[in-house]
Amino acid sequence: MKRERTWINYYLQSTSGIVGAVLVLIMITLSLISAFSLAPHDPLEQNPMDALQGPSGTYWFGTDQFGRDIFSRSIDGMRRSLSVALLSVGLATLFGVTLGVVGGYLGRWIDNIVVRASDVIFAFPAILLALAIVNSLGNSWIDTSIAIAIVYTPIFIRVARGPVLSVKEMDYIKSARVLGYSSPRILGRHILPNVFAPVVVQVALSLSWAILTESGLSFLGLGTQPPDASLGLMVSEAQALAAFAWWSLAFPSIFITIVVIGLNLVGDGLRDALDPARRSTS
Amino acid sequence: MRSLISLQGLSIKTSSDGRSLTSDVNISLIEGEALGIVGESGSGKTLTALSILGLLPRGVEVASGEISFNGENLLSIDPERLREIRGKEISMVYQDPMTALNPVMTVGNQLLEVLDCHNHDVKDPESHVKQSLIEVGIPDPDRALKSYPHEFSGGMRQRVVIAMSLLLSPKLLIADEPTTALDVTIQRQILSLVSKQRSRRQMSMLWITHDLGVVANLVDRVAVMYAGRIVEVGTTKQIFNSPQHPYTQGLLASLPVASSHRKNRLASIPGVPPKPWLVGQSCSFADRCQFAQKSCRERLPLLDTRGTKSVACFYPIASSI
Repeated sequence: MKRERTWINYYLQSTSGIVGAVLVLIMITLSLISAFSLAPHDPLEQNPMDALQGPSGTYWFGTDQFGRDIFSRSIDGMRRSLSVALLSVGLATLFGVTLGVVGGYLGRWIDNIVVRASDVIFAFPAILLALAIVNSLGNSWIDTSIAIAIVYTPIFIRVARGPVLSVKEMDYIKSARVLGYSSPRILGRHILPNVFAPVVVQVALSLSWAILTESGLSFLGLGTQPPDASLGLMVSEAQALAAFAWWSLAFPSIFITIVVIGLNLVGDGLRDALDPARRSTS
Repeated sequence: MRSLISLQGLSIKTSSDGRSLTSDVNISLIEGEALGIVGESGSGKTLTALSILGLLPRGVEVASGEISFNGENLLSIDPERLREIRGKEISMVYQDPMTALNPVMTVGNQLLEVLDCHNHDVKDPESHVKQSLIEVGIPDPDRALKSYPHEFSGGMRQRVVIAMSLLLSPKLLIADEPTTALDVTIQRQILSLVSKQRSRRQMSMLWITHDLGVVANLVDRVAVMYAGRIVEVGTTKQIFNSPQHPYTQGLLASLPVASSHRKNRLASIPGVPPKPWLVGQSCSFADRCQFAQKSCRERLPLLDTRGTKSVACFYPIASSI
């Protein structure tokens, strides 16, 4: 008798999924190190004597023009980026999935309102809309998260609503009704699990977009404000220095790249692991 | 004998513009009896079945008539009670086995869900569910319970669907063309499986199909529907041996016969069925009928609801051959 396999077993079969998970875990660990103030240096401490030094035993990633340790600042920026990404995607998932599932299942005018509202948000370029919202809300990381959440909610509405629309017309939902299941049971036990897989994948992918958006906002001078560290802000500040201090630009950029690639790989791995029909081929 | 379910004068209309989809449908089934409803697409056979369970699609409603099941009026029943009846006392099997099972739930969980939903008091649900799979002829039920629907073939899935609908031993099984999507050999197997289960459980059955050949050995009586009305009803033997309505006869004549010569083309009925709401007070088949007379277009032939054999035709074909 074969042991029953869960989706985790399937996930662990995919090399790229494992690589992605490892990359993300490394970044989370680094963020935690920063969160508990265990970084080798204070990310805000200025050391003018040590300004613009290359990578060394003391300053692993070198220093910036104020002599701040780029490694400490990078992991602090990673912490901030991940916090913003988690909060914003969490909010977007909560509201988007609720609205999408309710709209899709109930249909009629409720669905109409949900779809029109998300179309309006979709009509704006994401970064522009986020800029406008941050501008009116403020610059704290929570404001940034709310702005990104608003921008990404329509995506989750669509991701959740689509499967609900197709699934609720399936014979197995009709027969669930024939078998006398109640509406909450049909929605919770039979429709939601069909929405689960695409939503989880979307969460993983959106986390990476949210990190990019946060970096973009900080790069443009909104979002995180100096002297606080943010990956996007560090890239922005390093632009002028890149010609003679490559490390100031390279390391924050590499961090962004690693976490985005990691989250994308995790998303792909989850997509394959969560779909029973895809598993049999692997 | 008291009937288990009876539909009386059932008319179904669209709610928006009142187009009539079925009119004056009378069906009654005694316990253990099987009735086949035969008709073309759009003849209203599926709507009739769905109305029994109160599951008519949005925008379609029962305009008049009565549906009583075991003495309860299903049209005015408390929704909670109707939900209880569904699955437990009346069950339904759908046409397409490929979409009739939830792809993200194991077969075992889907079967257990039925028991769970109806708070069924079974000592050992696992073995009850396993037994149900054995009854429908699924090899290796232990493995089947842990499998997902995509791991089964169409025929196997339809067996699972049947096991699911029989799980709570319903008194009435409604089957909406459950063999249409299957190939002929599997179709045979499913038909004999259903037949066996029906006689073992003394279950009534409403078998909806467009294929007269399917019901020939399966049901006790046949009702032929055309453009929203029942045009002829009788025992299976009567319908097959001496069809009286020209439409029934046309249907029978269009069945392929294995021994017939190649050069004989399959008989067909000229024309297409009219929209049920456009028929009005005349015989709906008149325009396609070779025996139609003037009176066929002026009055509506009615079914005599008293006897077992009845035909809605002014000029029925002589019953003796």
